[in-house]
Amino acid sequence: MNDYLVLSGILVVIIGFALKMNPLLVVTVSAIVTGLLGQLPLIEVIEAFGKAFNDNRYISVVWIVLPVIGLLERYGLQQRARTMIERIRGATMGRLLLLYLAFRQITAALGLTSVAGPAQTVRPLVAPMAEAAAEKTHGELEEDERQQVLGMSAATDNVGLFFGEDIFVAIASILLIQGVFQSYGYELTPLQLSVWAIPTAICAFFIHGSRLLLFDRRLRRRPRLPAKSSPEPRA
Amino acid sequence: MITLGWLYVLAGIVFTAFALMSAIDRTNSKRFGNAAFWGLLAFSFFYGDALSDLGNGILVLALVAIAGFGMLGRGQPVTTSDGLRAELAAKFGNKLFLPALLIPITAFAGTILYNYTAFGGSGLFEERWVTLILLGIGVLAALALACIWFRPPALAPVEEGRRLMDSIGWAAVLPQMLAALGAVFALAGVGDVIGQIAGNVIPEGNVFVAVLIYALGMALFTMIMGNAFAAFPVMAAAIGIPVLVQGFGGDPAIIGAIGMLAGFCGTLMTPMAANFNIVPAALLEMKSQYGVIRMQIWTAIPLLACNIALIYWLAFR
Repeated sequence: MNDYLVLSGILVVIIGFALKMNPLLVVTVSAIVTGLLGQLPLIEVIEAFGKAFNDNRYISVVWIVLPVIGLLERYGLQQRARTMIERIRGATMGRLLLLYLAFRQITAALGLTSVAGPAQTVRPLVAPMAEAAAEKTHGELEEDERQQVLGMSAATDNVGLFFGEDIFVAIASILLIQGVFQSYGYELTPLQLSVWAIPTAICAFFIHGSRLLLFDRRLRRRPRLPAKSSPEPRA
Repeated sequence: MITLGWLYVLAGIVFTAFALMSAIDRTNSKRFGNAAFWGLLAFSFFYGDALSDLGNGILVLALVAIAGFGMLGRGQPVTTSDGLRAELAAKFGNKLFLPALLIPITAFAGTILYNYTAFGGSGLFEERWVTLILLGIGVLAALALACIWFRPPALAPVEEGRRLMDSIGWAAVLPQMLAALGAVFALAGVGDVIGQIAGNVIPEGNVFVAVLIYALGMALFTMIMGNAFAAFPVMAAAIGIPVLVQGFGGDPAIIGAIGMLAGFCGTLMTPMAANFNIVPAALLEMKSQYGVIRMQIWTAIPLLACNIALIYWLAFR
């Protein structure tokens, strides 16, 4: 029974997130609680926490793209992305995101996971294009519809990445599976594993893809809102 | 050889610039909080490896204190108005896309060239980080191109970058913090306990129920840890290998590969996977930090069901 005490840290996380407390604080308290209940001295917990933070700095390197993206926004990148989509005949939000889903799955399957992402592609290009396409075909968006379009843009990026990357043989997760099975005496090659990522990748494309097209249809069915009176493009 | 360390220096320079400009930004009433937060991150990128583990731990606690007690504000650097942006967009046209596309294209074409031509034999880049290093090179190239074409004021890249950075705020380091939490969980043996629980609930002789618990366990434990990598060794050791492979004679490659993907379905549904779910919501300035997860749930649940069916049908033929 005593063993189950180390799960208290999980409880801290769940309660903290539910109460919408600052996640950095929640995570730190959870780490300390878990460590102490796991019979580790406080100093050792802080050391483990600090070492892992330092080892994972590569996750935060991606923010170096912000000066370029911000600079291009200053000169109208998002506005230009919108204009371009408005000019393409037959472009809808659903079709645009479907195309992006395919692009993301295929590039991830080739091992190119960092060519796209929320900072590199979604904020500067995909989200403004999706929003413009939705407005073009469905008229002015209500605020909660706009939030859904933004959410769907980021969601499509994630689904494409997750269910494409495992088809690549040298990705970390494939190597992890191989390592775990090896330690139990099962010799698997990366290729053997990565081919079995293909059925799920296809399912992901069809499930998420049909949701995108259904989203289009849902917007099309509701009455068109009157266009905004001001000719100014939105931010 | 260009290594990950070079990128860390570049990131250190960028965060130092954010910190300095934050410190003199009088539009932000919490400007010293911002300066300290981005300054500590810059310090971590420059000197993290020179610090002891305890030193790094204290640095993290300082970051948490700044963010957790509301000392982080949001600067309002001077930028162009929406109206002016529309005019500029019309003036520059598709030229605006080139620097933006130069970043992914450099990473894409560079990785391909490096892996499949003699260029790779040069050993110019650290093997494990080729794409990320090329991304950094792409950023520098795009920045140079944008500066030549648009002739921005000298500080504009820093100020525009800081505008976006402040809009993301503390969420920028949450993914790194969660990775650190995962390490503490592992040290305290959280995975072993979860594995024991999962192993105890399996009824004898029912393949489908065993598959169900394996896949749901992967998804749930991934949601708790925010990462399928932490969940996989635990669930594989508790159910995947002893019950599904050794007990029922399932195909190990299928159970391993699709089990991991069942975990990825969990990643789509948890705020603990902050870099995929919380950071984009902040970056898109969405109203709710759960706005991205909300759109992902209805892809994740049917896909999890597909994964359960795929393991059941394919692994036990």
